[in-house]
This record gives sequence, structure tokens and C-alpha cells, in this order.
Amino acid sequence: MINLEFIINTLSLGSLYAMLALGLVIVYGILRLVNFAYGELVMVGGYTMYLATFYTPLPWLGVAVLAVLAAMLTSLFTELVAFRPVREKSLTAMLITSFAVSTLLQNGALLIISPRARAVTLPQIFQTSVMIAGTSVPWRNILIILTCILTLTVLTLLLRRTVLGIALRAAADNFTMTRMLGVPANTVISTAFAISGIMAGIVSIFWIGRSASVTPTIGAAPLLVAFVATVIGGMRSLTGAVVGGFVYAIIISLLGVILPPGLVEFREAFMFAIVIIILVFRPEGLIRSKSSEERVG
Amino acid sequence: MLELNDVHARYGAIIALRGVSIYISKGELVALLGVNGAGKSTTLGCIAGVLRPWQGGITFEGASILGKSPEQIARLGISLVPEGRDIFPSLNVEENLRLGAFTRSEKSEYRRNLGEVYDLFPVLKERLQQPGGTLSGGEQQQLAIARALMSSPRLLMLDEPSLGLAPALVDQIFELIARLHQRGVTILLVEQNVDRSLEIVDRAYLMNTGLIESHGSAQQLRAHTDIEGIYMGMQGQTKK
Repeated sequence: MINLEFIINTLSLGSLYAMLALGLVIVYGILRLVNFAYGELVMVGGYTMYLATFYTPLPWLGVAVLAVLAAMLTSLFTELVAFRPVREKSLTAMLITSFAVSTLLQNGALLIISPRARAVTLPQIFQTSVMIAGTSVPWRNILIILTCILTLTVLTLLLRRTVLGIALRAAADNFTMTRMLGVPANTVISTAFAISGIMAGIVSIFWIGRSASVTPTIGAAPLLVAFVATVIGGMRSLTGAVVGGFVYAIIISLLGVILPPGLVEFREAFMFAIVIIILVFRPEGLIRSKSSEERVG
Repeated sequence: MLELNDVHARYGAIIALRGVSIYISKGELVALLGVNGAGKSTTLGCIAGVLRPWQGGITFEGASILGKSPEQIARLGISLVPEGRDIFPSLNVEENLRLGAFTRSEKSEYRRNLGEVYDLFPVLKERLQQPGGTLSGGEQQQLAIARALMSSPRLLMLDEPSLGLAPALVDQIFELIARLHQRGVTILLVEQNVDRSLEIVDRAYLMNTGLIESHGSAQQLRAHTDIEGIYMGMQGQTKK
């Protein structure tokens, strides 16, 4: 049923998916690379929370900051050691590298920690709810929405007000031209990977917050969500990523309500059928990037 | 200031330059003329660091710039306005200009350059918040040149700045190039519009199939070269 609880839950899911999609698209926009190791950054965030809560006396907020930092540093590290050396070669080389990085990180977690799920201790607020207009709403969902608003605001300010942010947007339009203005390619790409890592780190806090556990393969689901959301919204546009994330969440939530109980377990299949229909009519996604538009004048 | 010595370049198996040697002195306005596919844009690409020659040398102010990245070359003061303008369509006019000044760290210089650019292109001042992609062709060309000027270039390279513009705008662009030259900007101009180019340049090189065919002042080229012959069949571009 569509009520306040449904709306807040969908908004919260959309916020999470929008942040996920943004992290994937910010790298794609510049390098045209779908980073298949992106999901593993969520995993790194998850394991950092597990290790930090288990082995350090840090308060939960400190643990969360540490998770974001770990995902960001892993993202930067993978760019430096894996993607940078093959960047000039070909897009295929980078794509295969991203699969390799994904496998390496997963196996690293398998070997160093465990193939079995590890419980992550969550703060009390993740298990409590608040009454809004007579409806019980989990605090976790409100936190996701507030975090998304804050993250999008900071990201928008960064991209619009700072020279580096403007250079990032320019690089997504035309990377070679951006370099010809003196903007170092490495700086732009590293910044994009850092933002991507920060997004994955923030998402990991809430993604792990749902299951309260982390496994080496936990990254597969967020990667798929991010990829589908960006395809719906438009791979070349940051606004598209946000729109795609929310559209994905709205469709999947509505399917949960509309479908008869026997079919709800197949809602992913219905979801992808709808995505295919969207793409038939909007092959570039819902939001077209300005750089792909032609103008005569 | 800039010297290319026996530069060879190719795109895969296609040979684009077969030993190009040119030079430009400080304050000069030099044109590279020739038909489509002559290798003019490739030459600019080699200078800008976008394409790496497989033979030959390029020096700027006495030092080799061969093998340097596009951003390193931009930092030396070489600025390219590419064919097709390549302004950033999703950035507004102000952001395009701001990025043009990426290599300049001093705020006073930024403000001075911005003032000069507004003087040269008053229309841009009226469109500061408009996305670059929504400007008309002529305005985009002005923005592309303005963006290059924001970096206080020591060498400005213009690739077909009059391409695709209405005749009145072509006049404006050539007047502007002449004005920039009078201000002391060193300019390497690539053009198909031979007549208009020869009116304003100090010297010109005539390129054909990856080679320099002839070289000299406008008068020398007009007197000794069959420019019309080279441009035969290029309607509207030939000498009348």
C-alpha cells in the first residue's frame, strides 16, 4: 500500500541507489570505464567496520568515517597500481583490469578474513524507529535520506564552485580538451576515483546496516544496482545517475506492492523487463548528457 | 620560438606527415594553408602533444617538447583552439573561461584577462551563465578563442577558426586574429580560407599530402605558387 511509510522507505532506497550510481558514473564519465571493482569498495567499507568495531575502541561514528576513508583509499590505490598503467592502452584492457581487481579484492577478503559472513555491530539508532504522523519509520531510513541530501549538496558545491570540480565536469565532456588547457589527467582521474570510493564507503555503512553482516561477495549486488541505475538514468550524466537511482527504487518498491504475493519473488525479473522497455524508448537513458547533443547554429 | 624539424606522424598505418619543418618567431602570425587531409591539423596535434610524431623534433623556446603530455605543453604557454571549437557544452560560459585560466594562479592576472576577453567578445559577458552547448556557432568560436586567451598564451594555435561560420562572422574572426596579432600575440593559424588568411599573415606555409610545398610571405606565395591550382575544386575557398 502506498502510504507515508512506503514513501519514506522508497525515498531512502532511492537515496542509497543514487549515491551508489553517482560513484560509478563519476569514473565512467571521464574514462568511459565501468569499474567492475566498484562493488568491492562497498565490501572494503564493510570489512573495515567489522575490523574497527572488533579490534578498536572507536565510537561508531569514528568507525563509519574509517570505513569511508578505507573505501576511498582502496579506490585511489586501485587506480594508481591497476588502472593507471593500462589507461593509455585500451578500454578493453581497463575493463578486464577492473574484473581482475574485483576478483583480487574478493579473494583477499576470503583469504585474510573468512569466506563466512562476519557480523558487524551496529549502533542502537539502526534498530530503532520513530513515529511520524502515526507511522513507524526506521531511523536508518531517515539517516540515509539526510546523508544523501548532505552528500549531494557537498558534491554539487565541489563540482560547481571549485576549479577542480569544474575540471572534472569538463573532463566528462571532453577529456583531451581539458588536458590541453593544462589540467593534469592524473589529478582529474584520481579525484574521480576518490569521490567514487567515498560514495561506495558511505553506501557501505547503510548497505551493511541492513544485514548487519559482511561477506566477500557482498559487492555484487550494489554493483548491479549502480550499473542498472546508471543505465536507466544515462551513463554520461551525474544528474542521470541520481534520477536513475530513484527511478530504480520507485519501480522496485512499486513492484513489491503491485505484484501478487506469488510473483513478488520474481520482481527483479519484472524490474529488468521494465528497464529494457525504458531503454527501447530512451537508449541513452532518461537524462541525456549535453555533450552528446548536437546543436546547429 | 617554435620549430618543427622533419616531423613525421601517422595514424596507425596512415602516414599523415612526411617530414614537416616549420618555424615561428615571437610575435609572428604564420598560417598553415592547404586542402583537407594535407596534414595541417595533425601538425597542430603534434605540437599540442595530442599526437606523438615517430620521427623528427619539436622545440619551443629552445627546449624539446617532444614526448611531453598535452597538459605539460599547455603549461609552457602553448594554447590550441581546435577545429570544431571543443568548448565544454555542459559548462557555462564563465566556467569555460575559468578553466581556460587553469594554468594561471594569480587572481590579478585572471581578472585582467577576463576584462580583456570581455572587451574583445562583449557577447560572452551577456551569456556568462549560459551553458556552452546552447551558444550559436559563432558564439562558441568566440568562447573557444576567449578560453584560450584566458591562459595568456605565448603561442596561440587556431585550427580553422572560420569553419562553418556565416560570412559576416568570418570577417569578424579574421579581424579579431589581426587585432590579436597587433597586440603581440604569436599565432599559428590553420585555414582553408587562403585569400583571407594571406591578407593578415606575416608568412605562410602551403601544405599538401603531409609535406610543406612552399613557404614565404603572402606576396611571395601569391607570386610564385599556383595556389588556385592546389585549391581547384574547392568551391568558395579558391582565389577569385
